[in-house]
Amino acid sequence: MSPLNRLSLGLGLAFLYAPIAVLVVFSFNASSLVTVWGGFSTRWYGVLLNDGPLIAAALVSLKVASLAALVATILGTLAALALNRSGRFGGRGAFTGLVYAPMVMPEVITGLSLLLLFVGLGLDRGLATLIIAHATLGLGFVAVVVGARLKGLDRSLEEAAADLGAGPLRVFATVTLPLIAPSLAAAFLLAFTLSLDDLVIASFVSGPGATTLPMRLYSQVRLGVNPEINAASTLLVGGVTLVVLTASFLAGRPSAGVQGT
Amino acid sequence: MKRFLPVAPYLWLAAFVLLPCLITLKISLSSPATAQPPYLPVLDWSAGIDGWGAFLEALDFANFETLAGDSLYRDAALSSLLYAATATAILVILGTPVAHALARSPARLQPLFVALVIVPFWTSFLIRIYAWIAILKPEGLLNAGLIWTGLIARPLDILNTPAAVMIGLTYAYLPFMVLPLYAVLSRLDPTLTEAAADLGASPARAFWTVTLPLARPGIVAGALLCFIPMVGEFIIPDLLGGSDTLMLGRVLWSEFFSNRDWPLASAVAVLLLVLIVGPIVLFRDAERQRGEVGR
Amino acid sequence: MAPFLTLQRLTKTFGTHDAVADLSLDMPAGEILCLLGPSGCGKSTLLRLIAGFDAPTGGTIHLDGTDLTGLAPHRRPVNMMFQSYALFPHLSVARNIAYGLNGLGRAAASARVDELLRLVRLEDFGNRRPETLSGGQRQRVALARALAREPKVLLLDEPLGALDRGLREETQGELRAIQRRLGTAFIIVTHDPSEAMALADRIGVMDKGRLVQIGRSETLYERPVNRFVAGLLGDVNLIPGTVRDSDGALVRVETALGPVLALGEGAPAAGAPALIALRPERVGASPVDPKAAEGRNALDGQVEASTYLGDRIRLQIRMVDGSTIRATLPAGAGLASGAPVRLSFAPDAATVMAA
Repeated sequence: MSPLNRLSLGLGLAFLYAPIAVLVVFSFNASSLVTVWGGFSTRWYGVLLNDGPLIAAALVSLKVASLAALVATILGTLAALALNRSGRFGGRGAFTGLVYAPMVMPEVITGLSLLLLFVGLGLDRGLATLIIAHATLGLGFVAVVVGARLKGLDRSLEEAAADLGAGPLRVFATVTLPLIAPSLAAAFLLAFTLSLDDLVIASFVSGPGATTLPMRLYSQVRLGVNPEINAASTLLVGGVTLVVLTASFLAGRPSAGVQGT
Repeated sequence: MKRFLPVAPYLWLAAFVLLPCLITLKISLSSPATAQPPYLPVLDWSAGIDGWGAFLEALDFANFETLAGDSLYRDAALSSLLYAATATAILVILGTPVAHALARSPARLQPLFVALVIVPFWTSFLIRIYAWIAILKPEGLLNAGLIWTGLIARPLDILNTPAAVMIGLTYAYLPFMVLPLYAVLSRLDPTLTEAAADLGASPARAFWTVTLPLARPGIVAGALLCFIPMVGEFIIPDLLGGSDTLMLGRVLWSEFFSNRDWPLASAVAVLLLVLIVGPIVLFRDAERQRGEVGR
Repeated sequence: MAPFLTLQRLTKTFGTHDAVADLSLDMPAGEILCLLGPSGCGKSTLLRLIAGFDAPTGGTIHLDGTDLTGLAPHRRPVNMMFQSYALFPHLSVARNIAYGLNGLGRAAASARVDELLRLVRLEDFGNRRPETLSGGQRQRVALARALAREPKVLLLDEPLGALDRGLREETQGELRAIQRRLGTAFIIVTHDPSEAMALADRIGVMDKGRLVQIGRSETLYERPVNRFVAGLLGDVNLIPGTVRDSDGALVRVETALGPVLALGEGAPAAGAPALIALRPERVGASPVDPKAAEGRNALDGQVEASTYLGDRIRLQIRMVDGSTIRATLPAGAGLASGAPVRLSFAPDAATVMAA
């Protein structure tokens, strides 16, 4: 690695991590003034634990994220199988477009259009609408992650199973599913984090009593920097890092029969 | 069985992606109103073709006339594109060396470095933007540092300016540029640059004449991946920009949440979508033509 | 020979490309049939049609009196050994082999797995994962797995393609021995002529989706029907000419080198252009001496190059019309470069084909 490359990588990573480091460091600041170091303290974590509305919002977020990720994983996997294994079917082009659309559409559009749908259908806004919206958002990402794994899967493995007398369902259950399982786990975690992270779509489609963590944080962030938010952020960053490391371990776990990642 | 695989996701996507978009389009063509639905005109399904005729006749372009007539929306559209385009250009310049360095890092450490680039990309977007407030505000860390080194005497106003928005965009979307570029660069045969060096090219010339042209697909992918969501960005202009920072995502938000003008917000959504589809189509056509010329 | 497997007018079209074109074939029980051809000739597609992974565009497949044509792969009494082996990476060797035995009871399946492991000499490897095995061992697991269901026909797609040269020859013998013991019909796809000749009872040569010629190795080598088959199976001299007349099985051809008498069952009619195929090792060469050519074809030329190859000598001979003919002689038959030479060969050493 040349010194120039080392410098580029170092500066790039420093740029990415400096703001996060600032948050983490100042979450342990005894002073309530954000930019004045008042000594090490965990008092903001104490404040955080007694912040009822924030904890309630976090619980809503966890509930929504797990259910939305579950739905997204099931539907996204079906979509990936359809795109990789069904050959041609009617409306394949439109289907592909619909799978990928929520990934590229600005969140404001996704949020607004879903809200208009829910209002049009007369659905009360709340947990259910949040879960539907986040499942729709995650579906495409799941399809991409699982699809990549399916593409790398040697087709002759499934053909060999069929050749040895397994019907389509047995082929899927005994060969395809075990081999794509790590990518399913990674896709679930991705959909989970996307839901946990989303502010914009949630602001549109959620209703009273279903305030998510990002919505709660946003309402406080708008009022300015606040050490309690720093503490909450640190916990969130730590949690997500753990999840990402698990996911990349799962997705990248080497396995024979699968080329690439 | 394979024929039935797409059914469930297809129905879901039709209900929760296609239908909402159509409803948005329909409401954007409704008469301006600030109350709750139903918005006029309403399609009378029972009237068959006549119902459609009446429906189409009653469609109202007033919202789009408002968008075209009021300089606020024109400026917001233009500045959204400008912010996104400038930030994309900066990201190409900043992201290429980082991705190149990543691709050339020792194979043993590469997975770790890649994970390090991915982790912030998965970490709460809101929180990462919020962190910049503490850094950029007048009594923030950046100003404190600059004053301490003696470069400036009094704090600079960075927060709530276009500069803060640019910093936020660059920061938040750097991984989106680096990762696709890295994917392309890491697959490049290292003997290509060795061959260029062997033929007398300096490292800079080898990079410029061999690596960069071959990295083009990654640059295009990264640029699209950054440009598209940036045009519709809401959180960054809202938290880091001033009240005069106009971006369409923010305009849509305030039309909806503050002014409660749903038809106008829908019209902004349609405009935003058109602005995004444009570059995608242009890029794709340009790439297709290149592919044909290259063959 | 009673047909066991019958392919009738089988066609497979991808877009506008005929991968398999109007192909008919009969195969008796217990035979090893090698499908030989360059890549893209349709031999692998033909295998996939028989296995049922691809549906034919036209034609039928009958096996042992049953029509297989519309049947899904898992309902066909044939099994395939994949080129990549396609061993399930998440299952042990024993469970790979047992995969097709789920109709049997647990005890019966386990006994059958042991039997198959013995057959391929992998008794101690049942609990290993495929990725811990060598290439040759994987190949044997794939064979055992494909044989587990006692298929009526075993399809083998380049079964030795992934093995080293030395291992390949050893495995050829092993594969033949196993086939002889079980009596299962084998269809082996290969692009390697020497492998086909070593393994096959009959070879079917494919070109552009068609079955060009099918027969025993000797027939294909000595009596090719066209220049494609002649060239595929080994080095060959092709001498162009015009058919003059025929005398029983022998055909007289007028060439620029003089008249040549050669065998020609499928030769074109008198007056038509023809090619004479002549293997280099069937050519005799001696310093010009009229006696040497009695009852044989005799063609005169000049030695252009002589290459010593240890066990034999290869000569390149410039003929009177400027063309060259290659001849392979036993070691010790020294002929110096530039020396005049008379080439001779018996009429039944050469074959007349349509040009």
